[in-house]
Amino acid sequence: MAMGTLSRRNRIWWIAAIVIPCLAPIALPRFYVYLFSIILLFGLLATSNDFPLGFGGIYQFHHAVFYGVGAYGTALTIMKSGLSPWLAFIIGPLIAAFLSLVMGIICIRLSKLYFGMLQISVGSLVWVVVYRWYSFTGGDNGIYDITVPDILSSYQGAYYFTLIITGISLYLMYRILKSPYGSVLQGIRDNPVRSAMMGINVKRHQLLALIIAGFFAGVAGTLFVVVDNTVFPDMLFWTFSLEATIMCLLGGWLTFLGPLLGAAIIVVIRTFASTYTVYWGLVLSIIFVLVIFFLPNGILGWIQELYQRRTKLAEVKE
Amino acid sequence: MDFIYSIVPAAILSQIFVGLSRTTILFIVASGLTLILGVLRIPNIAHGSLYMIGAFAAFTVTKLFGGGSTGFWIALIIAPLFVAFISLIAERGVFQYLYEREHLMLILLTFAFSLGFGDLVKMVWGDEYKSVPVPPMFQGFVPLFGGLPFPLYNLFLLVCGPIIAILLWLLANKTKIGKIARAAAVDREMIGAVGVNVSWIFAIVFVIGCLLAGLGGVLVAPTVSVTLGMDHTLIIEAFLIVIMGGLGNIWGTLLGALIFGLTHSLGILIWPQFGIVFPYLAVIIVLLFRPTGLLKSTW
Repeated sequence: MAMGTLSRRNRIWWIAAIVIPCLAPIALPRFYVYLFSIILLFGLLATSNDFPLGFGGIYQFHHAVFYGVGAYGTALTIMKSGLSPWLAFIIGPLIAAFLSLVMGIICIRLSKLYFGMLQISVGSLVWVVVYRWYSFTGGDNGIYDITVPDILSSYQGAYYFTLIITGISLYLMYRILKSPYGSVLQGIRDNPVRSAMMGINVKRHQLLALIIAGFFAGVAGTLFVVVDNTVFPDMLFWTFSLEATIMCLLGGWLTFLGPLLGAAIIVVIRTFASTYTVYWGLVLSIIFVLVIFFLPNGILGWIQELYQRRTKLAEVKE
Repeated sequence: MDFIYSIVPAAILSQIFVGLSRTTILFIVASGLTLILGVLRIPNIAHGSLYMIGAFAAFTVTKLFGGGSTGFWIALIIAPLFVAFISLIAERGVFQYLYEREHLMLILLTFAFSLGFGDLVKMVWGDEYKSVPVPPMFQGFVPLFGGLPFPLYNLFLLVCGPIIAILLWLLANKTKIGKIARAAAVDREMIGAVGVNVSWIFAIVFVIGCLLAGLGGVLVAPTVSVTLGMDHTLIIEAFLIVIMGGLGNIWGTLLGALIFGLTHSLGILIWPQFGIVFPYLAVIIVLLFRPTGLLKSTW
């Protein structure tokens, strides 16, 4: 077997994946470091969106609302309450998780498309409240110049913080998916009726998945506050949610790292396409139509498929 | 709080009529959406973009004809046809290959289309606000009950709504295409098996649905400022109406549009800053008690 060479190559990939992000801010100018931070936190957002979507089979269409509420929760705690920002970094995601619980209880009675639409409805309600409540949330201006701890106020500090927190969050989500609970969740996705027959409380497991996803989306929102020091109501708008879902599908919504890859692709395309043209939405839509037609499992899903086919071929030859 | 003394009967009546004319627009757009959802089962997010294209096309056509009444009537015919033509290209070019895909894929695909359409509109019409003049024959006010002035154009909208509802009902129940489409909504394989070209029936239904979106866009154009992004708010409202009414049910859509439009306009009266919250609350309450909508869905 070719296991030896494979694992060595894997090890190189792993080392590269750890070392390059750590060294990036030393070599790169400010703009690229900012871009890397955005990629990481959007990757976290997309991965947390994919948690119920790809692994739970729940149509999580309005994920950005938890991201935005997490960000607003952190920002408002810092600006209005005078608590330590470090405490606010925890409070924001917890508010998002709580909102996720409430919205989950309302929506979980429905399934598939109806679930998604009801979630968009409730989420739009949250968006409207944030958008119109000028005295508290700043309305469509949002909140800017949010003070973060000194150590995070430099762009390198913000980047390393984002890197560490994203890494921990991704690891935790990975562990959850590999835990018995994760297996049950994927069982529910594949066959909800059968799972229910086996005595699994389907709705409760799905609700837990929604809460976990909401929490990590809130973490991503908090990271955005750290990186950008602003929040604005468009973070909660439903178009942004669908963009996050597109990231999942583009990268491969049935793989764990797919959403991160999708986020990286979309952020990079948006940044570089928008320096050449104002019509980056058109670029994105063309790419996405091609992906749906030719790579329905996303880029990473396609690579995985190729890889499996090759190993199978090798086995047959042996 | 100033909302107590703002509730007087005349104001309520006037708000109800304003709400009803908004309802008309919502109904026209949402009926197209529900037609497509009911028969083709495509949750078409690009529907809102077609509505926007209809409004922009109305701007161009009325401008070409100097902003008179004739221009408006011609726009009322040409702009929806233009939108229908675009949708025909999209359907034959892309959507017809994807009917069997999951809803998740279709939602994201049509969302990608709506981003693309948004950019195309920006390319053609630029990103400034456009305003379409109210056609001269509909300018001015009519006194309603108790001498309340009501814009003539909104009265025209109120007449349009029922006409379109009846036309759609006739199309669905009295024509051959409507009957085939309704049958295809129930069992498309069977309809194919008895020798009907289902693919073209679907194309026709899709184009009619999109035509309605364009028509809604033309009708709304004189009352609002035509701008990029007008699609994003509308499509969510249209979707909520369709879901609230029951997927694929025209009368349910009418009911949903009424609930949505009236709760919005009365909500503004009760609490001006958060008036828009009320229709969303109405949708949530309806779906909590009737998860698949008020009337019977065709799914």
